[in-house]
This record gives sequence, C-alpha cells and structure tokens, in this order.
Amino acid sequence: MARTLLYSRFLRLWHWLQALLVITLLITGFEVHGTFALFGFEKAADYHQFAAWTLLGLWVAAWFWHLTTGEWKQYIPSKLGRLLAMMRYYGLGIFKGEPHPFHKDRWHRLNPLQRMAYLSLHVMIGPVIWISGLLYIFYPYWAEFGLAGLSLEPVALFHTIGAFLMLAFLIVHLYLALTTSEKPLGNLKEMITGYEEIEEQSAPDHSEGAA
Amino acid sequence: MSILAIAYIMRQDKLSDAFFHRLGLLTLTWLIGPVGLVLSLPVSAVDDPSTADHSKFEQLQGPFADGPSVTKACLSCHTEAAKQLHKTTHWTWAFDNPVTGQKLGKKNVVNNFCVATASNWPRCTSCHIGYGWKDGKFDLTDETRVDCLVCHDTTGSYKKYPTGAGHPNYKPKKWPPKKGKVWPAPDLVKIAQGVGKPGRANCGACHFYGGGGDGVKHGHLDSSMLKPQKSTDVHMDVEGLNFNCQTCHTTGGHEIAGSRYAPDATDDQGIDVPGRTNNSRASCSSCHGTTPHGEAANPKLDQHTDKIACVTCHVPKFARGGRKTKMYWDWSTAGRKDQHGKPLVIKDAEGYDTYNFKKGDFRWEADVVPEYRWFNGEVGHQTIGAKIDDSGVVGINTISGTYDDPDSRIWPFKVMRGRQPYDKQNKVLAIPHLFGKDSDAYWKSFDWGRAIKAGFEATGQEFSGEHDFITTEYYWPVTHMVAPKEEALGCDACHARDGRLADVKGFYMPGRDRFEWLDMIGALMVLGTLGGVSVHGIGRILASIRRRNS
Repeated sequence: MARTLLYSRFLRLWHWLQALLVITLLITGFEVHGTFALFGFEKAADYHQFAAWTLLGLWVAAWFWHLTTGEWKQYIPSKLGRLLAMMRYYGLGIFKGEPHPFHKDRWHRLNPLQRMAYLSLHVMIGPVIWISGLLYIFYPYWAEFGLAGLSLEPVALFHTIGAFLMLAFLIVHLYLALTTSEKPLGNLKEMITGYEEIEEQSAPDHSEGAA
Repeated sequence: MSILAIAYIMRQDKLSDAFFHRLGLLTLTWLIGPVGLVLSLPVSAVDDPSTADHSKFEQLQGPFADGPSVTKACLSCHTEAAKQLHKTTHWTWAFDNPVTGQKLGKKNVVNNFCVATASNWPRCTSCHIGYGWKDGKFDLTDETRVDCLVCHDTTGSYKKYPTGAGHPNYKPKKWPPKKGKVWPAPDLVKIAQGVGKPGRANCGACHFYGGGGDGVKHGHLDSSMLKPQKSTDVHMDVEGLNFNCQTCHTTGGHEIAGSRYAPDATDDQGIDVPGRTNNSRASCSSCHGTTPHGEAANPKLDQHTDKIACVTCHVPKFARGGRKTKMYWDWSTAGRKDQHGKPLVIKDAEGYDTYNFKKGDFRWEADVVPEYRWFNGEVGHQTIGAKIDDSGVVGINTISGTYDDPDSRIWPFKVMRGRQPYDKQNKVLAIPHLFGKDSDAYWKSFDWGRAIKAGFEATGQEFSGEHDFITTEYYWPVTHMVAPKEEALGCDACHARDGRLADVKGFYMPGRDRFEWLDMIGALMVLGTLGGVSVHGIGRILASIRRRNS
C-alpha cells in the first residue's frame, strides 16, 4: 500500500471553497428568484453578491492555476471508446460488481465522463453564470458601458438556466462522488487529505482516473 | 473583464458590494460615532418672528362689518397682495396645464366626490380664498373679495361657514343648520390684529377636509397632520422636525410651490440651491438630493432612485394618523329611506357613514396600502362637457408613464373609485346640482333628472333626459405622511411573487418575475436527476445483495 498525492493543496482549497460558495449561491439565488423565503430578499441578494465576487476571484485564481501548471490538460476529452467504456460501466458494470475501467493518478484524476462533464462546467455553465451574473451586478451602469439597449429579462433567463444546470450537476456529482468509491466515502476522504491509498491489485489502466 | 469592471467601479467610488461597504463603515462608525450623534440632533423649524405688531396698526382697530372690510384694511398697507393672489390657482380655481394644455382647476374639472363646483357654488366656495362666490357670476377681479384671514389668522377662531360662499358667519349660527352646534361669530378685530404667517391649521382648514370631511379626499392629508406623531409624518412631527406646510411648499408673492395637476414626478435637480435650481422645495430631492441613502445604507437603495419615487418606499401606507379616508363613493344608491320613511344613514362602528341618503354608499379605509403605477407627471383630466367612453371604467384623470421613459418613476396612488351619474345619450359626465335652496337641487328633491338638468344648464350643456351611473376612478399621487425611515418598505415588499408591484408592468423584476416555462423545465430536470440517481443507487444496492446471495 502506497500513498500518492492526487489532489494538491490548491486544488482542494479550490474544490471546497467552490462547493461552499456554489451551495450558498444556489440557496440565496433561488431565494432572490422567488422560489422560497429564507433570509429575506435583501440579505439573500447581499449574500449572493458577496459569494459571487468571492467565487469570481476564486475562478480567476483557478484558471490561472490550470493554465500555468498544465492541469488544464486533464480536461482534454477522451476518445469515444473510452467514453463508451465509462458509460457501459455506470450503466452495467457497476451493477455487476465489475472493477472500475480506469484508475486515477496525479495526472489522470478524471475519468472520460468526468473530463467531459467538468470541461462543460468550466467552459459552458460557468461562463453562462458569470457573464450573466456580472451583467446583473452592473445593471445600474449598463448605460455607461454602452449596454443601454439590453434588458434584464434575457440576462435573468440565462442566469437562471445556469443555476438549474449547476444544481443538476451538483446532484449527480454528489451521488457519484459519495457512492462510487471502492471504500465507503473514499473519494470524500481523498478530497480532504489529498492522498489516495492505492491497492496493488486494482490498477487496470493508469491512463485516466476514476471517481 | 471582471477585474476591469471592479477597477471601473472602484474608480467611480461606488463599490457595488454592500458587504465591504458596511465593513468599512462599521469601523468608521465606532470611531466617529459620538461626534455624529451630536451633529445629528434635530433642529426644529423656528417661526421667524414678525417685525410688525398688527395690533398697533390704526387700520386694524375696527370695528369691521364683514370680511371684505378687513381685506380693505389689509390692502391699505399690503398694496400688491390681492393682485398677487388673483394670479394664483387658490383664487382663480383655474389652471392651465402646461404639459397637456388642458384648462383645469376646480372651476373646470369633474371629480368623483361631489362631482363639480358649478351649480353648487356656495357650498364648494367655503373653501375658496375669497368672499361671495355664490354663483357663476363672481367677480374675480375684485380685490376686496380676497379673504386674507383664512390663511393668515393665527387665533384659530376664524372659520368660513360651510354654506357661506366663503364668508364666515357674522352672527352666531348653527352647523349643521337647525340641529348642530352654534358657531359663534368671529371677532374680526381680534383676528385681524393677530394675523401672521399661515400655519398648518390654516392650510388644513381646506386641504385636510377636501371632499366634504376630515381626510375624505386625499388620505395623506387629514386633521391628524395638525399635530402629527413621528410615525404619521416624520417631517411635521411636533416633537421633532416640526415642519410647516411652507417648509416644503415654498412661497413667494403668494405663489405656493407644488401642484397636483402638473406635478414634478422626477425632481432630478437634486438639493435645491438658490440661484442654481428652481427655489422649490416641494420635492423630496430638494433637500435630500438624488442619492439620499448615505454610505451606511445598501448601495442598491440609491440605485433605485432612477425608477422609484421616494414616497413609494417611504410612505408605506396612507391614512396612518387615525382617520379614515374615503375610498369608494357610489352615488347610484343615494336617496333611500328607512322602514319608518326617514332618510337613511348607516354608520360603522367608528361613526363613519357607510350609507348616507344624500350621497349613497361609501367605503372608508385607514392604513391603506397605495396602488402603484408608472408616472411621469403628465395627468389628463376629465373636464366639464368632455365626452366619455362608457364601455368601461372612466378615468376621472389618466396618468402617463412607462418603464422606458426616463422621466417616469413608480409612484404610489390613492385610487378613489365610485359610481356617478352621466348622460347616457350624450356620453358626458353629469354635473349634478346637489346643493341649493331651489327644488331642483338633488338634496331637496332627490330627483336625479332635475338635478342633472339644472347642473347641465349651469354649465351651458343640454341634458338628453336619460341618465345612468358609471364607474369612475381617480388617481391621487400620495406624497404626504412620510414615515420614519425604520418604517420604510424593505426589498421584500416588492421583490416577491405577489408583492406591491405585482401589477406594475413593463420590466423584469427579480423575486417577482420568472419564466414559468424555464422554472418548469428546471424543476423537471432537477427532479429527474434526483430520480435518476436514486434509481441508479437502489439498483446498485439490489444488485449487490443479489451478488452476495448467489
């Protein structure tokens, strides 16, 4: 049994802070949306905006980190065959007790499905939310930015679409992260400590990781 | 992009994040708190004392036979006063609306209270600042007809008799006639010698009682404003700022700032500075500016002033002084008698008429939540003889304004509703002749046909002979009874599904609006995802149990 570092300190900080902020934003955001009442509109909007700025700062840092460390390569989409293997595993193999088709390591921590999911999170859902969110925040200054013709309606539309996608993503992510590890809550433990305890026999493929 | 944007906003010194804002301010408050406290002690509006003691004036030693004799004495020194007053709406009861070009004023408009002044002069003109406007032939150029005392009496003992066409009762007289209390004759000498600047009681004698009684018409002006508590009106609070009417309704040459016919819905001139602005303080921003909420407040508040009138949040309800205001008046039910054949009057528990045989059904309300509309200050008004569309509700006035119009703000309104008579064939609102000693008057004969015919004749119109009643509504912008800031509306009042602005259209408002189809799809997607992972998870558990068993 060997202990390998899977998740660096920054990655873990990024992950957990982002988790906290995203959940805060979902709760306060849906309150601002009128879905339920919890803090009251003013507090919800204030918290939402504070969390939004913090998350934007974190995202700037994370993009910088991904680009400078080469971590971005971990999101390069896999070949179709590998993707299908992963889908076959979640659709069939996992019920049969088959071993995970891929194993993760420091530079291959995402399986083919995760690569696809996280890539779309970072380049689609994320930008939809932060672009529409920044427009939302700067609503009083639109005229000064030359955006006088814009109306809040489409901005709110895209922001809400982003929020629903983020919520669905969170649900799937929590399910897979908390229930698909070899040891109970193994992934959770790894994301806290950063280390994976590798067992010798379960290493069918080291090219792309699992979670 | 975001960094650039932050830098831009920082440069503008308007950091959008309320949190940082407050954090910084909290520290500042600890440091300079005590100083701020001393500086913010309320300063009471002091009456500036007169340089003349009118009791020493030879002209005012009397005796005076009547009001006009007092006016003559006043004018012997104040030579221009009557000329000034003759130009004001208070005198002419006529107003040329500079925006719409309409001829308005009490002489020309129709309302849904007692409908019109024409043919009812002596009753209505008990609120005219003149003497003797008892019919359509009143001489508006006669200087001695100006009533100086109704505005300048400081003794509180000068009262125009309700049916005296602007005169007080020079002999003791009962009001209401026969069964009422005796009104003593005013001591004109004492009153003339005591004249001074108008106080709230002078303005209030008419403006608190418009529509025929205390609080009837406006709802944000009633006798509670004579000595209001802070919670009723933060500016006029007798124990606090103690403002007079003229503190805001600035005067000059007997002209008084502020108009309901042509209001300034968007005073964006900011704090009123002599020489630079219009010398009118009849708007909130004249004193508070256009970004009044201060550094400690949520920056979003100042960002709302471009679309929301101050009073929308700061007058959360009207008729808050313990008096009710009339919200509905149905003339069509007037004239009923009770089972003993006596004229019917029904009162509610607090003594307000809910039915009066002379006037029909009423609805009264206190602590009323206003209705909200976009408003740019442009008001169209029903005038005598104007054609109406009787297919729906007739607007006594129509207010303009939209979200897209930079001069529009969301304003609070008292909407007075009712049913009133109209000429069914000519499609004109009736001018009922209500008051008078003649038998055509509705309050003598209770015959609408005769009353309408007489009213139409008094205004040069012909009555087709067929009348009916039509539903009308009348928008009154709510401007007074500004509440202490703690009682101003919070965000949730409007940013909610069924909030106060539920009916104000033309824009997307967070908390109120949503795309229902998107919420539906989103909810299905989220529930579908939850269902999907649950089924998947249960499947895995069942499969693993089966594997273990086999």
